[in-house]
Amino acid sequence: MAEDADQARRPPYRIFEHTADLGVEICGTDKMDLFRNAALALSDIMTDRSCLQDKEEREIIIEGCDLEEVLVNFLREVLYLCNGKGWLLKDCVITEMDRLHLRAAVTGEAFRRDRHTVNIEIKAVTYHRTQIYMTEQGWTGRFICDV
Amino acid sequence: MSDIRIERLDEFRWIIPPAGGMRVPGLIYADERMMNGAGKDESLRQVANVAHLPGIIRHSLAMPDIHWGYGFPIGGVAAFDMDDGIISPGGVGYDINCGVRLMATKLQFKEISDRVKDLVIALSRDIPAGVGSEGPVKLSIAEERRVLREGAGWAVKHGYGAGDDLMTIEDGGRMDGADPSCVSERALERGRRQLGTLGSGNHFLEIEVVEEIFDRRVASTFGLHAEGQVAVAIHTGSRGFGYQVCDDYLARMVKQSHSLDFPLPDRQLACAYLGSDEGKEYMAAMACAANYAWANRQILMHRTAQTFEKTLQRSPCDIGMRLVYDVCHNIAKVEEFEIEGRKKKVCVHRKGATRALPPRHPALPEVYRESGQPVLIPGDMGAGSYVLAGTDRALEETFGSTCHGAGRVMSRGRAMKASRNRSIAAEMADRGVIVMAARKKTLSEEMPEAYKDVEDVVNIVHRAGLSTKVARLRSVGCIKG
Repeated sequence: MAEDADQARRPPYRIFEHTADLGVEICGTDKMDLFRNAALALSDIMTDRSCLQDKEEREIIIEGCDLEEVLVNFLREVLYLCNGKGWLLKDCVITEMDRLHLRAAVTGEAFRRDRHTVNIEIKAVTYHRTQIYMTEQGWTGRFICDV
Repeated sequence: MSDIRIERLDEFRWIIPPAGGMRVPGLIYADERMMNGAGKDESLRQVANVAHLPGIIRHSLAMPDIHWGYGFPIGGVAAFDMDDGIISPGGVGYDINCGVRLMATKLQFKEISDRVKDLVIALSRDIPAGVGSEGPVKLSIAEERRVLREGAGWAVKHGYGAGDDLMTIEDGGRMDGADPSCVSERALERGRRQLGTLGSGNHFLEIEVVEEIFDRRVASTFGLHAEGQVAVAIHTGSRGFGYQVCDDYLARMVKQSHSLDFPLPDRQLACAYLGSDEGKEYMAAMACAANYAWANRQILMHRTAQTFEKTLQRSPCDIGMRLVYDVCHNIAKVEEFEIEGRKKKVCVHRKGATRALPPRHPALPEVYRESGQPVLIPGDMGAGSYVLAGTDRALEETFGSTCHGAGRVMSRGRAMKASRNRSIAAEMADRGVIVMAARKKTLSEEMPEAYKDVEDVVNIVHRAGLSTKVARLRSVGCIKG
């Protein structure tokens, strides 16, 4: 697990093997922490978050028919901010959450070619094999991105 | 895959007998070595999963370049009944109408061998590539809608290439039924900026040379006349527009999947009946993305021709860049086949597979009526391409489908590790291929070892009779995103 002492800088996640795509495993102390780390991991994979500033705040409101669908829909929205709006996520706070809904406040800034890097283009966050489960340490989640 | 039973049918065909909720058997085209490889990942389970979907006809098929996708395997083909079958965005993929076009030229390699580097540099300057690259074409909202309806024809009308080009594009470069009102604002917004761009990842533009001709008559019909002839291959798709269309409809179908009258073995297989509103709307939106991709490749071809003219200081007539063919790799289409003795329209999903029509098929342009459809199979970076021709056997067994490329065997992460402390660009140069990438890591992720050998894949479809080898082209220059 690519865990860093300073969790705010580097979310706890690791990339797992998937032949054509990119698997991501995240963990969190509770469900809200797990979802926050998932958003930060996605951003971390796409860009160098240390170059970003939290200049602007946006709200994301998501629903789904279960926790896994909420996770994928949440990450789809984070990805759209990047791919569709050219806006990169620096940080994220989950403000409300139950099994079928999520509300998050995300901060970040618009992509600028002279200041920011893009490591990889993620085409999509898929629903394939999304998993969320409890562990002795807290919560773990897995999702697969199309790259 | 110990819990998936496999039976060998003959040298190149393997059956997964129906088990559990499978409505039809799985049928995989591969040799023994590839089957052992395929078993390592989840792709065989995915073949079985597709066989669960309603209205599937005959088999859930897999081509020899099969690998683990999400939902459908990559290299998967499945046809569905128009009355009680489904359409699945995951069965097409995010990059709708990702495909390849091949252009022949009048140039001989010996004439340009010392100019390949200049061409590669000029192409990487003129062809927008890489993550988030924006195109040379700025579209108004109204103009974008015209692109979505008209496809490659829109590009020709706006000065990118010639009208004749349309004849040698699958479906004339325009899919019927495209309805921009079925496309989200998000997709439209992303589409406006990216027309005329190559993209990143496995997309490329490659300068190739005819290395070996297997069937001189057919090769000549395709415009590939002799060894040493220079050609250009372009591999790209519908860019962010297509990704967004897939993403939007997949989310909508996942949300509604609990109301379907059958269980989904994998959420990514979310689908809708072809006759339902969602099914029809996805089809209309997907057609928009297919048309966007054809317009995109048409524009890229035109800009490539211009770059050749400028760099080599030769006239268009001297260079003689001419479209051989343009094929889709990721698509769902309504096509007619003979099923149980009767002509029947079905919806064929090809996800990482190529249409391969035989000689005398009515959908072929006059020029290819006797040869069969050109099938373009790119290899891994720098490996070059194969040109094949469609066969009757493919029409009978695989809904006129064959393989699409080499197929990944190594994840991008493993490729990064394997390429550590190596210069992939220098290794490629040693092999006579000049490569340039917008992003250096792309070369590591796309290193040749990360893919199956395209020759093995092509030999299987050739020997299994799904298409026949016409020519092999080697790469001499390549630009990547």
